[in-house]
Amino acid sequence: MNWIETLRTSWFAIASHKMRSALTVLGILIGIAAVILTVGLGLGTQKDVSSQISALGSNLLIVSPGSSTSSSGVRGGFGTGSTLTQADAEALGSKVNAPDIAGVDAEKSSSQELTAGSTNWTTTVVGATPSYLSVRGRSLQSGTFITAKQDSDQASVVVLGSETATELFGFTNVVGQTVTIDSQDFQVVGVLASSGSNSTSNLDDTAIVPLSTMAGNLVGGSQANSVSTVYLKAKSADALPAAYQEAKSVLLNRHNIATGGTADFTVSSQDSLVSTATSVARTLTILLTGIAALSLLVGGIGVMNIMLVSVTERTREIGLRKALGAPPGAIRNQFLVEAGTLGLTGGIIGAALGIVAALTLPGVIGSSIEVSGLAIGLSLVVAIGIGLVFGVYPATRAARLAPIDALRTE
Amino acid sequence: MAQASVLPVFRAPGNGEPVIRLAEARKTYKTGSIEFEALRGVDLDIDDGEYVAVVGPSGSGKSTIMNILGCLDTLTSGSYLLAGENVEELDEADLAAVRNRRIGFVFQQFHLLASLSAWRNVELPMMYAGVPRDERRERAVAALERVGLGDRLDNKPGQLSGGQQQRVAVARALVTEPTMILADEPTGNLDSHSTEEVLGLFDELHTSGRTIVLITHEHEVAARARRIVHVRDGLIQSEEVRA
Repeated sequence: MNWIETLRTSWFAIASHKMRSALTVLGILIGIAAVILTVGLGLGTQKDVSSQISALGSNLLIVSPGSSTSSSGVRGGFGTGSTLTQADAEALGSKVNAPDIAGVDAEKSSSQELTAGSTNWTTTVVGATPSYLSVRGRSLQSGTFITAKQDSDQASVVVLGSETATELFGFTNVVGQTVTIDSQDFQVVGVLASSGSNSTSNLDDTAIVPLSTMAGNLVGGSQANSVSTVYLKAKSADALPAAYQEAKSVLLNRHNIATGGTADFTVSSQDSLVSTATSVARTLTILLTGIAALSLLVGGIGVMNIMLVSVTERTREIGLRKALGAPPGAIRNQFLVEAGTLGLTGGIIGAALGIVAALTLPGVIGSSIEVSGLAIGLSLVVAIGIGLVFGVYPATRAARLAPIDALRTE
Repeated sequence: MAQASVLPVFRAPGNGEPVIRLAEARKTYKTGSIEFEALRGVDLDIDDGEYVAVVGPSGSGKSTIMNILGCLDTLTSGSYLLAGENVEELDEADLAAVRNRRIGFVFQQFHLLASLSAWRNVELPMMYAGVPRDERRERAVAALERVGLGDRLDNKPGQLSGGQQQRVAVARALVTEPTMILADEPTGNLDSHSTEEVLGLFDELHTSGRTIVLITHEHEVAARARRIVHVRDGLIQSEEVRA
């Protein structure tokens, strides 16, 4: 008997037990849909996490004052901030000494009260250089950013975070408005596009002024030339280790610290943050996938159960087919194809449901679901595999039935 | 054997060999430690075109003979030649092929598949024989017309009377042009009218040259055959031949 005949025969058998076949398919279907959905959820979460982290600025190195040792955390200098200066930042921008560093943004921040009309709002005011946008990976929603000229002129201009703008004015279209910081009027020249929040700070609640203005007019004094953080952008992710070494040697050199001495600054990257976050997401994915795989296994056992019932119930049919000349192989194939067809049908419907759910659910639960082609392909293969693997035992049993015994069964 | 001389005229041309030759056939069943000798040395030759009834009370061994002749079971000792082929040497797949090619079964319980229409039931053995689809349909229809059910092709077994169902089974047995039609109590589940229908069909088939072996415990049914083999306690007790 050829495969087309086997397929037809199996199809007749499935179609003549509609309820039972539907229930079997349902078991597989739920398993497959669950796998696709959970794998998608896990992948989506991983992607969310890494995109949130890259929102901090891609290929970013962070230089902060004070040393960190492997055992005792950060050691402050005499008055934090004094060890890192604007001159350090300029040196790091040198294409000769630090060729792998593409951008430098020195920042000086402090918490200040902003006033617009009768509204007060306390936020982090950041003195930054014009390279802020490119180094930190931000963009503007409206207006312009601080220009080099405004920075050198100590201009009284400010760029607001979208949330800060909303808190002060009630809306974000605020270019041209005036904000008072420390009794000085600042003109709003731009508003940052929303970037969400990371684990430690709200990236949308901030106000940015020129670094020179910050140093000269807002925090000044003896620490006028110091900066609180220098952000470095490496040329690429691959260049990050080289940029790290260059930044370190430039600063050690400038601070007259011999190689091997204790540095009075710390260069850190986001690597550790990214790897922690992704490993958490990966663990979550594995856990969810495990649960889904378990439900797939239960579905598979369901197929075996149904096929065994089917073999028992159809003993006479098997006996008759054998008496009429069906070789053991034809009987085995018939049951295998039945089981495989149930598995495949469940797989296809389950995959379709999983995809539909993956496309509609993110709007409801608010986290993204990545539909993975690999997960779909793999779960379809698994679905047929389950049908076949769990169908082998019942099929073998059917093929081994002696035709006389089978025919005598009532 | 002696019976061969009084056979009807239907013989395979140029072939003197009987289609069935059982020699010293023994069959022992074991259930745990208990052994039961169902056949204790049976010799039986059946020639091409014969209409033979195997008769005996239950437990006589006639069902075992039916299973052996139908290649549904194998002998403990002795030999069984079917159309000159020693079936005792065949494996399960080959036995399946022999059943498919050589034997047309008619069972007491009809054994039709309830989900398939009449012609699909008749088509079944040809599927395992590898007959092309168009030809299967053609031959199944011809076989059903032959048994007088040309107007019931698409009826399922549940929509047919017992006699009609058994005629579908006879059509299924005929359709592969087997060496022998082997009928196991074919009228056991039928009323007298349907019994007459089916036995009349066998008479016709015999007249047209088919070899028929009928297993039964009813003497009126056996009386329709041309040769009656009486079985008792695993042995052939007597044989009678009719004109």
